[in-house]
Amino acid sequence: MQASGGRTYRDVQRVQGPILVVERVADVAYGERVEVLCADGTRRRGSVLDISDRRAVVQVFEGGTGLSLRGTQVRFLGEPLRFTVSRELLGRVLNGAGEPLDGCPKPFGGVTRGIYGSAINPVMRDYPMDVIETGVSVIDGMNTLVRGQKLPIFSGNGLPHNDLAAQIARQARIRGTDESFAVVFAAMGIKNDDAAFFREELERTGALENATMFINLASDPAEERLVTPRYALTLAEHLAFDHGYHVLVILTDMTNYCESLREMTSARGEVPSRKGYPGYLYSDLAEIYERCGRVRGAKGSITQIPILTMPNDDITHPIPDLTGYITEGQIVLDRELHQKGVYPPINPLPSLSRIMKDAIGGTRTREDHPNTANQLYSSYSAVGGIRSLAAIVGADELTAADRAHLEFGDAFEREFIAQPRDLRRTVEETLDLAWRTLGLLPRESLHRVSEKQIEERYARREKAEENR
Amino acid sequence: MSLQEDIAVVTRVNGPVVTASGMGRACLGDQVEVGNEKLTGEIITLEHDVATIQVYEDTIGLKPGEPVVSRGEPLSAVLGPGLLKGIYDGIQRPLEKLREQSGVFLGRGLNVPAIDPDSTWDYEPALKPGARVAGNTILGRVQETALVKHAIMVPPGIEGELVWAAEAGNRRAGDPVARVATPAGEREVTMIQRWPIRRPRPVSRRLPPRVPMLTGQRVIDFFFPVARGGAAAIPGGFGTGKTVTQHQLAKWSDVDIIVYIGCGERGNEMTQVLEEFPALKDPRSGRPLMERTLLIANTSNMPVTAREASIYTGITMAEYYRDMGLHVAVMADSTSRWAEALREISGRLEQMPAEEGYPAYLASRVGEVYERAGRVEVVEPAGGAVREGSLTMVGAVSPPGGDFSEPVVTHTKRFVRAFWGLDRDLASARHFPSIHWNTSYSEYDVSAWYAERAELPWSELRRRATDLLKEDDRLQNIVKLIGPDALPDRQRVVLETARMIKEAFLQQGAFSAVDSYCPIEKQLGMMDVILSFHDGAQKALASGRPVFEIMSAPVVERIFRMKEEVGADQAADRLAQLKKQVSDSLAD
Ligand SMILES: Nc1ncnc2c1ncn2[C@@H]1O[C@H](COP(=O)(O)OP(=O)(O)OP(=O)(O)O)[C@@H](O)[C@H]1O
Ligand SMILES: [Mg+2]
Repeated sequence: MQASGGRTYRDVQRVQGPILVVERVADVAYGERVEVLCADGTRRRGSVLDISDRRAVVQVFEGGTGLSLRGTQVRFLGEPLRFTVSRELLGRVLNGAGEPLDGCPKPFGGVTRGIYGSAINPVMRDYPMDVIETGVSVIDGMNTLVRGQKLPIFSGNGLPHNDLAAQIARQARIRGTDESFAVVFAAMGIKNDDAAFFREELERTGALENATMFINLASDPAEERLVTPRYALTLAEHLAFDHGYHVLVILTDMTNYCESLREMTSARGEVPSRKGYPGYLYSDLAEIYERCGRVRGAKGSITQIPILTMPNDDITHPIPDLTGYITEGQIVLDRELHQKGVYPPINPLPSLSRIMKDAIGGTRTREDHPNTANQLYSSYSAVGGIRSLAAIVGADELTAADRAHLEFGDAFEREFIAQPRDLRRTVEETLDLAWRTLGLLPRESLHRVSEKQIEERYARREKAEENR
Repeated sequence: MSLQEDIAVVTRVNGPVVTASGMGRACLGDQVEVGNEKLTGEIITLEHDVATIQVYEDTIGLKPGEPVVSRGEPLSAVLGPGLLKGIYDGIQRPLEKLREQSGVFLGRGLNVPAIDPDSTWDYEPALKPGARVAGNTILGRVQETALVKHAIMVPPGIEGELVWAAEAGNRRAGDPVARVATPAGEREVTMIQRWPIRRPRPVSRRLPPRVPMLTGQRVIDFFFPVARGGAAAIPGGFGTGKTVTQHQLAKWSDVDIIVYIGCGERGNEMTQVLEEFPALKDPRSGRPLMERTLLIANTSNMPVTAREASIYTGITMAEYYRDMGLHVAVMADSTSRWAEALREISGRLEQMPAEEGYPAYLASRVGEVYERAGRVEVVEPAGGAVREGSLTMVGAVSPPGGDFSEPVVTHTKRFVRAFWGLDRDLASARHFPSIHWNTSYSEYDVSAWYAERAELPWSELRRRATDLLKEDDRLQNIVKLIGPDALPDRQRVVLETARMIKEAFLQQGAFSAVDSYCPIEKQLGMMDVILSFHDGAQKALASGRPVFEIMSAPVVERIFRMKEEVGADQAADRLAQLKKQVSDSLAD
């Protein structure tokens, strides 16, 4: 599609929410970029959602409020939404549609790409294998993050997901190297102070010069959120696959993104599916989350950490649910642990890293890593039931093994899950700590680890002293 | 083949759904080329001369007024030697070839046939001129991979006398290997045929599914078997183990051909198969598993319309191998994404939705897909020779919120007879496979096969194990309230045996070198050991041994570790020894 300078039409027939219908248009393409000139001289941006031989349906990023049918002009720009990307964008702060917010001019040069990207040919992918050491025990030990993985954080309002994401961005290293990541940060509809928090974090640690921030705040146009992650990922793909950067993409908050999508589709009168979200929410999210990974012949990689807040902490809500169906696992924050004062309040049981199995163990991390992680899962999953039983019959009525599990559960939460915000534990330290907590359990109850591993690493510990 | 005289143009573009006028001569279901970039599409409704077209590629940039050309035939799969080891998108474009044209990212408007007509094969004829032939008559054979001898068959619909047959030798796939005199004139047959993906290939006779498809997975083979030619569903919330289970089945099932359809799922999961399968050996033949495998990858970010087609493309290829007299298993991961594709397209057509926005025809489409499974007999007209083939269909279902009462699960249940329900709590505790014994079932009766083939009495062992799990389930409700100590000793032994069944038998690590594949003799031997523990323990109790002593007997540890300690070789003997050890130690 060639840029033809733009054709302007004035026959606006309908404005509803962010949707605008223009009649008697010609030569307009599906997905074409649009500029809306308002009666007061201001401009808005948009793109074509539906085009027939007479009529174009346009979504306007800044919404339709304030647009009149008369004075509005719509200019079709003869090209799809595109973004000129270059490594000069590192160190920059942009708005949700890739325009500079930091007062500096747009960089010269670069390559121009459609923001919707194209699917990676599955035969061109390389399976992610390199462990990222985040220094956070529950992640490294039980839900290992791998370079090229998409691993979201499922959180709730008021839980410390920002701290955790910032800690990961700050501490993440490829195991055994000093290599850090270029960070692409995309904010969608978040609060000003949350955005400021990330910016300060990146500045404080000197990571900002190796980072690009795309900022769409809660007060910014809601429809713009629908393109923000796409601008961010267009840059990430360029950095990773053209320049060999290892890129960590943080997308926050995907819940706001999905709500904007719902608003737009309901304004179009589309048939809704669960909770009013469009039936294609899965495919739409997949177009974002699948822009991730490693490809053959390129040195770089894209690792994604999307953050979303679960409405009412409900993991079956369509947003976390569909996300979990697409991503390669999830890190789930838990309100109860948070209230107990445990940071990071990651509940390992619903959390998962699907890629870790091929990336850990042996010489990659440590020989006992897979089994030890499994043992922690198995033992900790028994704790909940025993706690409920203890609440009914009293701890004294429990079997010795059950009492040991209670001790283990407490120690596991306080010693293993919890850790100071600035502490970086190595994988070895994490695994040693795991065995220390497993020491509170009788050895006969450890079936997930081999007898040899028990011989080498297990030491019975009678009581978790510090918790009495 | 295109109908040049039609001057059809695009009149509307709404995502993947395009409307075109001037389509009076096209037929419903025809394949079309849309726009200047010649995007592939299919006509899904026709009214006067206006066609609605689903386009299998991204439509960004497409404009009203661009041309539309019908290819004059329905969307079809290309069938012939060279399909195996391949990976295709939902409309059977070979992804390896696309990569040569468009690199890392998938381009648009690329048209590459699934089989290169210039590829050559060593052809051995099977019939001489003069023979009577009909659809599926085997004309000759080529060695497609070291594992698979590929039968070149007469395409269904052609019937008559063989008037010319190619001699043995190296031949191009696109060249004729036979000529058949039919009432409508002479027809040439090459090694390549085409078949419309939405139409089942004809079957002469269906046979009842009675032979188990052995998968090497204990919870499936022992408790909830699927028969060759049967259909099974694996429903489960995200991360509960659908894909790993299907990968396991694709690796270890005792069938000749695997068709694995990645339908709207992750790119990396397909990469994993591509990297892993060539390195893994088939436990029966010792050859790389890839030699019997064919992959379709239409990942979640690839066009949703091609996702809808991917299931049919895969099944059509599977039916073709079935007709050769092979046993084929189709894994579809996930049928929910296919159903959602139906929903999305129907929404864009502004059709009246039924439940949860799905179109009213969802149930019938689900039925049509599973009904293409079957154990069939193919009869040759020539000598009347008969061969048996089967197509086993295993579909993953991804219900929203893991709730099995949603439309795709409930409709699927009507058409499958093995149901492997995955459980979120088991998955959280890393009890894998997290197929729950209470929600799963199998209605395939394979007991006659076991009675004939297996040394140990499968039906009896299975009945006893099932009863113990049921009793355990009832007791667990009491334990939750009063703790295990309050139960009588006899029942505590039941709890312990049930724990053994769950942990030592049902749990099976897909990534374990020893336990990933468990042959049937080992499965039966293991259960025999566990039940002999139960019998021995009850006897020991009756003779006054205290329960704690029984449970802490050293042999208990051996039972919990037997799946890893006893390899596949001589498993039956070694487990028989362990059984003796168990009885002896409890009888002391
Ligand atoms: N048999 C098994 N042995 C060991 N681990 C397993 C097994 N089955 C599942 N898992 C674990 O569970 C994880 C999730 O499994 P899987 O990817 O198959 O889930 P899924 O049901 O396909 O999820 P989704 O619907 O999101 O695709 C795997 O990455 C693996 O860690
Ligand atoms: Mg899966």
